[in-house]
Amino acid sequence: MPSAPPEGLPAPADGRLPTAALAGLGERGFSLYVHVPFCASRCGYCDFNTYTAAELGAAPGASQDAYLAAVLAELDLAGRVLGSVPPVQSVFFGGGTPTMLPAPALGGLLSAIKERFELAPEAEISTEANPESVDAAYLEQLVAAGFNRLSLGMQSARPAVLAVLERRHTPGRVAEVVRQARAAGFGSISLDLIYGAPTESAADWQTSLETALSLSPEHLSAYSLTIEDGTRLAARVARGEVAGIDEDQQADRYQVAEDVLSAAGYANYEISNWALPGQECRHNLAYWRGDDWWGLGPGAHSHVGGVRWWNVRHPRDYTARMAGGLSPAQGREVLSTEERHVERVLLGLRLAEGLDLAELSPVESARLAGPVTDGLVALRAGRVQLTQAGRLLADGVIRRVLDM
Amino acid sequence: MIRNFCIIAHIDHGKSTLADRMLQLTGVVDARSMRAQYLDRMDIERERGITIKSQAVRMPWKVDGADFVLNMIDTPGHVDFTYEVSRSLAACEGAILLVDAAQGIEAQTLANLYLAIGADLRIIPVLNKIDLPSAQPEKYAAEIAHLIGCEPDDVFRVSAKTGDGVRELLDHVVADIPAPIGDPDAPARALIFDSVYDTYRGVVTYVRVVDGELNHREKVLMMSTKATHETLEVGVISPDPVKSPALGVGEVGYLITGVKEVRQSRVGDTVTIASRPATKDLGGYRPPNPMVYAGLYPIDGADFPVLREALDKLQLNDAALTYEPETSGALGFGFRIGFLGLLHMEIVRERLEREFNLDLISTAPNVVYRVLMEDGSEHIVTNPSEYPEGKIADVYEPVVRATILAPAEFIGTILELCQTRRGEQQGLDYLSEDRVEIRYLLPLAEIVFDFFDALKSRTKGYASLDYDQAGEQAAKLVKVDILLHGEPVDAFSSIVHTDAAYAYGVAMAKKLKDLIPRQQFEVPIQAAIGSRVIARESVRAMRKDVLAKCYGGDITRKRKLLEKQKVGKKRMKMVGRVEVPQEAFVAALSTGAEGEKKK
Repeated sequence: MPSAPPEGLPAPADGRLPTAALAGLGERGFSLYVHVPFCASRCGYCDFNTYTAAELGAAPGASQDAYLAAVLAELDLAGRVLGSVPPVQSVFFGGGTPTMLPAPALGGLLSAIKERFELAPEAEISTEANPESVDAAYLEQLVAAGFNRLSLGMQSARPAVLAVLERRHTPGRVAEVVRQARAAGFGSISLDLIYGAPTESAADWQTSLETALSLSPEHLSAYSLTIEDGTRLAARVARGEVAGIDEDQQADRYQVAEDVLSAAGYANYEISNWALPGQECRHNLAYWRGDDWWGLGPGAHSHVGGVRWWNVRHPRDYTARMAGGLSPAQGREVLSTEERHVERVLLGLRLAEGLDLAELSPVESARLAGPVTDGLVALRAGRVQLTQAGRLLADGVIRRVLDM
Repeated sequence: MIRNFCIIAHIDHGKSTLADRMLQLTGVVDARSMRAQYLDRMDIERERGITIKSQAVRMPWKVDGADFVLNMIDTPGHVDFTYEVSRSLAACEGAILLVDAAQGIEAQTLANLYLAIGADLRIIPVLNKIDLPSAQPEKYAAEIAHLIGCEPDDVFRVSAKTGDGVRELLDHVVADIPAPIGDPDAPARALIFDSVYDTYRGVVTYVRVVDGELNHREKVLMMSTKATHETLEVGVISPDPVKSPALGVGEVGYLITGVKEVRQSRVGDTVTIASRPATKDLGGYRPPNPMVYAGLYPIDGADFPVLREALDKLQLNDAALTYEPETSGALGFGFRIGFLGLLHMEIVRERLEREFNLDLISTAPNVVYRVLMEDGSEHIVTNPSEYPEGKIADVYEPVVRATILAPAEFIGTILELCQTRRGEQQGLDYLSEDRVEIRYLLPLAEIVFDFFDALKSRTKGYASLDYDQAGEQAAKLVKVDILLHGEPVDAFSSIVHTDAAYAYGVAMAKKLKDLIPRQQFEVPIQAAIGSRVIARESVRAMRKDVLAKCYGGDITRKRKLLEKQKVGKKRMKMVGRVEVPQEAFVAALSTGAEGEKKK
């Protein structure tokens, strides 16, 4: 079950944005996100906006074809609403499982983007993929279409952990896909790992990290498992079938990840993300730096100049809106100066580069004294940065600085 | 042809039901307008089945063709209101001792019975609820007979519920209780036995006229406060107020003078006529004397003015309520409130929360200490955090005479409890084969803590307790402070006996350790006497407080989460740098008994 969307203001039917929001286009980076809401099966821990074929049924509005047509229509809408936009820095296909779509369909969407938007030279073009949903030919087609970065949902190298997470792939499959991706010409590969799952031992986690490193990815994400309301995993925990989350243990796992990855030359650039030098995910950074992006597809979130909006979540509703010539936005918010400030602090502090001290008011700067004393933040070259200890306590540090 | 009487009974023994039946039989209230517990005015009384404010009802009754006036004075039935009970009794010539035939007499009833006997009242013993299958009238009649020195056959048997025996009881009230005696020509003297604030009429004062007459539209003098007021109205209650031109010797009624606070018309005071005052009052007046103090704080600091206004309003109707503003580092702005006892405290708090929609946090109640310093100065301490520093010569604490009635099988556990609470046994008597009366001298502080709960749980609820002030005693007492991250938390300071200080410190530190959420830094919790730490715990630093990811760029969700946490934080109190949730304070301040109950 996908989690609930935020509450916001109604969005205008034509998707129009306030002039003030559009005025700053070009001052910040601009990116595109494409949400592909299809999965072969739903993993037990997942509350993402994604649907299996069985859940969608045979309704024509929820088919892949209807979806593809609607995304093209939304691309047109984006072009109309935004007018002239700066070159696109990054395109990210996420899901769901983008690779549930045939490779030509993904390639077709990318071509459509290129027809309507100018891509920056060396733009980062990523797609997420599940190890079980791609093969060598598929990957070759993606590279041919212009994809240059692959983000693989590895999660764990241990079968028992994959089983708890209800992932369908075998550990060996990841290595095979990485080899095939290299062979196909992907220059940048990222592996996603999850730690702190029930039954996962310290040794399991160590193994997962080492296995991932042995595949020499350019980028690694390590997310602590969160038990989201309404998921099968939450129900199993509630019934006592599996243990819940032990945050102290997750903290231990995180520390191990940091030690192992940094020893291997990967630098942490955001709380849950590590990369070899220069291989940081630019799309990811765009979120944390408050750049502009248009999110296409069901349930996708967008941000342009302090306006955030989110599309209707169900593919059927999404395609119906697009077919009716309406904006797919379900709700939006126009951030106040204060809210934008809060976001800048809460997003910026998560990055290793930190936050420009000048962003903080004198009162907020004064509030740094406590976290500095506690060893959670450090001031370096006019920037506020979380220390290693502070990264796991980021939310608390942010609350202290903002007095929230 | 007047008979003034009251009913002495324990909660739930059926006093209000008996009063209801009497109202019906005498025709004062017809069956149609009858509702259960007619005389209990406040919702809170009806719900708890107890009577806080006494009232007087005038009922006509005919015996052998002669007309009589019966004045039934309702008495409060709880330990905190002993003084008010004594004033009600002083307004009567007789008392019905009402005992549940299935439960036997309870400690408070016994205490009030002794008060009535001491006041020379004629006692009419009555067993109620004889229709219950579990009733044991023979057994309890013997018990009562033993207590008041009559024959078991002299004990009336009624069912207030069915009305069985109530008519005969009323006849007996006329036959057995003496008519009031007074001098109609002497200067007027009337005893105030109750004083109630009414939104529309101001204070309604209930009096029993002893000598002379009180008239409409004359200047009356309150003999202890020396205040004069004009009577705007005098009358009787039957059961609604009925104006009358005058109240004469032996009569019971009300007077209204337009005063707005019950403090201006005090229970126990003597009313006389200003133009021809009596020279001697009726005696027995005592200003209300708070025995127990506690800090009450609004959970939302913005409610402080509301709390002040609410207390001002309650005081209109509660002469025993005293309060003054105080500030707590931990709890913010609130009031130090003096109560007659624990029930009084509970009632006041509940009324504040219910009638004024306040969310309150209360410190643990404490008694009043008298501290003598070596330099000869004296401090009266009503708040542990104001316990004097420096060289203390002696500390005195209030003690009470406690009476416990219980089935004999619980003697052992009760004596053990009283001993651990620093009690001094004064006596032990069998009321009947299997019921005992145990008398102890106990420090009030021990009772205030959680004595009653402990007693109830040790005796499966069968024991009853009554106590009365019995002066003070010197004791080895110390103040134990609780420090969070090095900061003393004033709300947790407590004055305890030296022997119990260590246990208190350890228990409190443990409790807080479990209640205080982990912070971004380690939080030491210490219990200390002065600068000497006697117990130590610590709340380990939180290690993870961060969302792993922002799925799909849903920044809005993350910001909203932060805003939600901000709302949650409003209910946090800061102790130095430590965020303590209100619930932790509430839980830590609740007495140990609750933990016992939960087990």
